[in-house]
Amino acid sequence: MPANPADTTPLVVVALYLGSLIGLGLFTRTLFRGTSKDYFVAGRSIGPVLLLMSVFGTTMTAFALVGSTGKAYELGAGVYGLMASSSAIIHSLVFFIIGIKLWAIGKRHDFMTQIQFFRARFQSVALGYLLFPILVLLVIPYLLIGILGAGAVVRGITVGMFPDTFAGITTPTGATLFAGAVPPWVTGLVICSVVLFYIFTGGLRAAAWANAFQTVVFMVTGLIAFTLIADKLGGAAAATQLVLDNAHDHVVRAKIGKLQFLTYAFVPLSVGMFPHLFQHWLTAKDAKTFRLTAVAHPLFIMIVWVPCILIGIWAVGIGLKAPGGNSNAVLAAMVGTLLDNPYLTGLLTAGILAAIMSSLDSQFVCLGTMFTQDIVLQVAGEDRFTDRQKILLGRGFIVAIVALTYVLSLFPPPKIFDLAVWCFSGFASLFPLVFAAVYWRRVTKAGAFASVLVMVVSWSYYFYIGLIEPTLSGEKIVGDFLVMGMMPVTVIFAASAAALVGVSLVTTPPPAEHVERFMIPKTDRG
Amino acid sequence: MTSAGKFAWGLVVLAAILHTDLWAWDDDSLVFGFMPMALAYHAGVSLLAAGAWLAVVKFDWPEGIEQWASEGDGAGDGDGKGTR
Repeated sequence: MPANPADTTPLVVVALYLGSLIGLGLFTRTLFRGTSKDYFVAGRSIGPVLLLMSVFGTTMTAFALVGSTGKAYELGAGVYGLMASSSAIIHSLVFFIIGIKLWAIGKRHDFMTQIQFFRARFQSVALGYLLFPILVLLVIPYLLIGILGAGAVVRGITVGMFPDTFAGITTPTGATLFAGAVPPWVTGLVICSVVLFYIFTGGLRAAAWANAFQTVVFMVTGLIAFTLIADKLGGAAAATQLVLDNAHDHVVRAKIGKLQFLTYAFVPLSVGMFPHLFQHWLTAKDAKTFRLTAVAHPLFIMIVWVPCILIGIWAVGIGLKAPGGNSNAVLAAMVGTLLDNPYLTGLLTAGILAAIMSSLDSQFVCLGTMFTQDIVLQVAGEDRFTDRQKILLGRGFIVAIVALTYVLSLFPPPKIFDLAVWCFSGFASLFPLVFAAVYWRRVTKAGAFASVLVMVVSWSYYFYIGLIEPTLSGEKIVGDFLVMGMMPVTVIFAASAAALVGVSLVTTPPPAEHVERFMIPKTDRG
Repeated sequence: MTSAGKFAWGLVVLAAILHTDLWAWDDDSLVFGFMPMALAYHAGVSLLAAGAWLAVVKFDWPEGIEQWASEGDGAGDGDGKGTR
């Protein structure tokens, strides 16, 4: 006789959250002004609060909640210094020294994409064609991780809910896993459809509003989970005492290498080259809009990460086993084991989905914008299309990219979740290019090409020996791949920067009058 | 750059230096009775970073940047189109 279906309350809470996003999509539809500039860069009209929330929501992926907890479970409390406090310093630095400048250059020259900027700055259409596939290939794994992560989370909380509809997975030993759970292909379809719904008509403005809402959801969710878990463990002090007693190495940084710690600081430089973040910067109403983002971003990182790190080490302290050996499932396991509250489980799932979707939407819009602006309009000529046709093209490409990503998510490559730090390292290693483009008059087109090509070659080499080779040989990958104790981004970044500087110095400098058009004059400060 | 601006950027540099706390690697003391030093210290670095950026935007803000950006009048000066 079949068992009774499990309580569907968590799924109802998630459905309510997704329904509220659709409602928000209907609201942002009314704000759309009908121009391509409004669709692709929100008419450059976004204010400080919305910019802060949308930039933070875009930058923080699901990793901010489940990944941070999982990493703390593996490596201990030092994960905050490794990943979060370095980002607190460097993200704001990049917003200040790169973001504001690119906003100004973008507004002055009417750019909508990162590639338009590089193409114009280096007077090279070919550089745009070289960068396009690199940026797209670095973003796509990021999208897949989001969709697959959402699928895994929802499957985890819905086990036994629909025994007559979803049979689950039968293992080679004949056991059935996830019986009655919503399969990832259904969750992926729903997530992609909801994101598509609110960005289809409203473009980046809709994404910004949705990100703001989603950021609130995942910040509040993390704090609620932290408070209730601490209470259940007899208070925060008692919970940490258990870690001291049972897992002392998780209180200190015994599991983190010192060079690894120092060189991890290169990774957050990736925000300087995220194409989706570039597009968000262009939405700012004025330069002053960036002020709140630069100041509050480190605080927001602290608010999200500190509770998750504590939950991660507390899990070790109480002897919790990561479900299936997957440390990314520790947060959900802590909530499920300690709280056993279907509403909270639903809320936590909604929070995780919020973190995922707040990155997905901007990336979808960004890729659609790049295909429209950097490929179609570049090849066919901008004057060939009316403004309305450009919006239609953008929408068409967004639908195509959402569909393509969804199909790819049905056939996930192995080790997909290990790709995240590699994607970030690729973007971070392109940072010398954007920095030089904004600050160095002497940088040349040949230097830019050399920098990008050296990044591709060195990144591919380390990617092969660090991920592909061990995967092909069936080797289990434990921890980050390191080069002489350092994160590989250190070497790739240095090689890319050296190529940029070296080749620029031995090639003919660009015309001074051209470069001046991109150099913001020094002004009175303060 | 004004003295206040230099001070603001000095705070950013200080936050970056303090981030490299290799000297406290094995410190297992607790702050407020529940936060391991490795976490509490770096939460403090985050607070310092926020304060440093507050000082930078207050004392070293590029005032003329908006005027420079607006001189293109948001309609572009042909750079984007000229490279198409």
